[in-house]
Amino acid sequence: MSNKQQPETIEKAAPWLPPKQSVRITINGTQHQLELEPWISVLDMLREHLQLTGTKKGCDHGQCGACTVLLDGKRINSCLTLAVMHDGSSVTTIEGVANGEELHPVQQAFIDHDAFQCGYCTSGQICSAIGLINEGKAKTPDDIRDLMSGNICRCGAYTNIFKVVQEALERSKAQ
Amino acid sequence: MTMKTDYIGKPTNRVDGRLKVTGQAKYAAEFDSPGLTYGFVVSSRIAKGKIKSIDTTEALQLDGVLQVFTHENRPQTAWFDKSYQDEDSPPGSPFRPLYSDEIQFSQQPIALVVADTFEAARYGATLVNVTYEDAPFSTDFEGNREKAYTPEKYKSQPPPDARGDMAAAFASAAMQISEEYTHTSEHHNPMEMHASTAIWEEDGTLTIYDKTQSVQNSQKYIDQIFGLKPKDARVRSPFVGGAFGSGLRPQYQLFLTVMAALELKRPVRVMLTRQQMFSFGHRPATIQKLQLGASKEGKLEAVRHEAFGETSRFEDYAENVVVWQNVLYQCDNVAFDYKLIGLDVYTPLDMRAPGGSTGQFALESAMDELAAASGINPVALRLKNYTEKDQNEDAPFTSKELRECYRQGAEKFGWEKRNPEPRSMKEGHQLIGWGMASGAWEASQQQASAKALLTVDGKLTVSSATADIGTGTYTVMTQLAAETLGLQLEDVSFKLGDSALPDAPLEGGSWTVSSVGSAVTLVCDAIGKRLLKLARKVKDTPFATAGYDEVIFSEGHMRLRSDPSKALAVTRIMRSAEINYLEEEVTSKPAEKQKKYAPYAHSAVFVEVRVDEDFGTIKVTRVVSAIAGGRIINTKTAESQILGGVVWGIGMALEEESLMDTTYGRFMNHNLAEYHVPVNADIHSIDVIFVEEHDEIVNPIGAKGLGEIGIAGVAGAIANAVYHATGKRVRNLPITLDKVM
Repeated sequence: MSNKQQPETIEKAAPWLPPKQSVRITINGTQHQLELEPWISVLDMLREHLQLTGTKKGCDHGQCGACTVLLDGKRINSCLTLAVMHDGSSVTTIEGVANGEELHPVQQAFIDHDAFQCGYCTSGQICSAIGLINEGKAKTPDDIRDLMSGNICRCGAYTNIFKVVQEALERSKAQ
Repeated sequence: MTMKTDYIGKPTNRVDGRLKVTGQAKYAAEFDSPGLTYGFVVSSRIAKGKIKSIDTTEALQLDGVLQVFTHENRPQTAWFDKSYQDEDSPPGSPFRPLYSDEIQFSQQPIALVVADTFEAARYGATLVNVTYEDAPFSTDFEGNREKAYTPEKYKSQPPPDARGDMAAAFASAAMQISEEYTHTSEHHNPMEMHASTAIWEEDGTLTIYDKTQSVQNSQKYIDQIFGLKPKDARVRSPFVGGAFGSGLRPQYQLFLTVMAALELKRPVRVMLTRQQMFSFGHRPATIQKLQLGASKEGKLEAVRHEAFGETSRFEDYAENVVVWQNVLYQCDNVAFDYKLIGLDVYTPLDMRAPGGSTGQFALESAMDELAAASGINPVALRLKNYTEKDQNEDAPFTSKELRECYRQGAEKFGWEKRNPEPRSMKEGHQLIGWGMASGAWEASQQQASAKALLTVDGKLTVSSATADIGTGTYTVMTQLAAETLGLQLEDVSFKLGDSALPDAPLEGGSWTVSSVGSAVTLVCDAIGKRLLKLARKVKDTPFATAGYDEVIFSEGHMRLRSDPSKALAVTRIMRSAEINYLEEEVTSKPAEKQKKYAPYAHSAVFVEVRVDEDFGTIKVTRVVSAIAGGRIINTKTAESQILGGVVWGIGMALEEESLMDTTYGRFMNHNLAEYHVPVNADIHSIDVIFVEEHDEIVNPIGAKGLGEIGIAGVAGAIANAVYHATGKRVRNLPITLDKVM
């Protein structure tokens, strides 16, 4: 065949949806078997497919931290990762932080220190604080401020969030 | 055992705290309904012109896409401007979503793709093919200064009248300051993006969950536009993820959601993207010219405050920028002006202390320049010019403990140790600067209604269609109701954010506690009076002849004020009367006597900055904010309001700027990575002091709103501290490192 084909209009393919894939994921201790399109983020999986709306969408670009959850114990921005990448993983969201009716000490401290106002960044702040304590990297007050800086609080509750994390770190050291 | 029931003035945990820390508090985009659909907004790429063509064929081919709404196929909506106006509209012709092919600003919504998943709607939005016809435009604020105009009607108040002879007094003044201060546009950026969810109820009515500072404002707006009746569509907003003014006007996602729900007869959710959060109201870019003439001793003899504020081409947005000298400093020769510069942008919108944070930045900077030039301590200069009257209205203040703010703030901060010489305080490479400023904000009261229902089990439900945008409305209203009727907090619930509840004003202007709080107190008193009538009939009652002012309520009992041991349990009174519940609804209005007075909250802010001598990085290491805010209902949530205000002031002074690309007519940094707001690492020590202030006039509960006074003056105090640290006077915000190098 000649290379010099007559130019012809190429039929543009009609847009299509990506096929769904199976994902097995444990969320707050409960195993879920989901059929999800690969373009669904962990954040949207939680909010739109499992009605776990405690995890918040504040930018969808990893710039605000409102969507922070614990993935296998590590804090991540759940908007920046796709659900299908986490087959077999375990996620803890704000809904799974408390022990039944008993609040996690960090949750209770958020209330006692009034470390939130509108409450929209709070789930992410709490998950981030728990993640930070797990990491064990924060040694100084400035470390705390730096390592909590991925979570924006537009209401400006930072000094109270700082107090919560500082106390929690002291508590975890004492244990 | 009965618990104490005095809550006012106590640090009380938020009653909605548990819901917020467990993720159970539900915001506008978090209500579900079977068959929920998702709308995704297509935004205009050009700033001005026409849509030449908009082809939705490809988008509609995508599985899951249900409809694409554009100006070509949108349903019929209202005809007149009036129908699109809301309670916070400036004079003009409001923007109408999808109304025609005309583009009025960059990022204007031009289509809504509705699909059965969020992802399909988002993908579908990329498949809408639009061609534009560009028209000449301008978004160059400074460049259009020559075209500034005086609006026919000001949104708030026109600039105050001149008094005396400013020009002559300035010319002969020993000390003269004449400078210009500017800042760019800034965006509210609440953490929750604007969103609405419209859900069809079984009875065929709509419930719309909207991110708003007034459910009733949203309801009226959609009723007017879509010809609905209040009973057809109820607007709810139980939790709002911050707003700071962005929810004072219904935003276009509300229009689009309701339109799609009505057309498709399906439940619809639209959440804007963070980028689209830069497509509507914002704090307007402002240029201010300040002239201060003073004696050698620092007594003000002449003040001229002029401002140029940004607005859109279609509405005249204006703020109270130039009124603050009249509130803060006595002067007889004054002149004011405020002009608008129209640009091809969306209309600006009230943003935390609109006009105040702007005007006081310039005024307090100029006062500091005067202090530096005349060698007077900045606090002493302010005391020397202290005014006992609001010169805007020629009225005394309802209360004003600003002197006490200066005194307590300075003492806590250690101000007397300040060496007035710039660059005189240093630690290693860190230049240390101390600056201060005054602040003021209106403490007005609006008409508000509230309903109360007390049931025989001693549970009280109070409600009003107000909002809690993080301000603590739920908690403060619960405290006021519980204390008024002597009930435990756990036995009282406060409902808000529902258009079906009694009327409340917009949740803004720092007037919610004073307005709704007064209504809540009044309605609880109405219940109390009913209880007293019933109590008089109880066997062996101690209240047979008691008037309402002779009884008190505490620990679940009605008691004689003169002998609190003479008491009847509230539940017993109701049981004796064989009454299952008592219900009252009231409307509270500002009292006549207020009119002769000027209601303001005041502050004195002291700031320490550390500026790296080599890199110019600026850190606010210490803030002391002393507030005169009347009676403080909840010291815990009140402190949070001030902390938040101070953080906002730090953002305004050092970080926040929406950068306009005048070539394309759009904000370049429309995301949270490039629009900088303070993060935890930016915030250090902030001390809040509430000075004691008794106010019998401002409103029945004596409280002044605190949502905005916290930011007032902060940007000025920081700019002054930066001057003290570096010797450089930066007059355009934000003060970024390049400006101090």
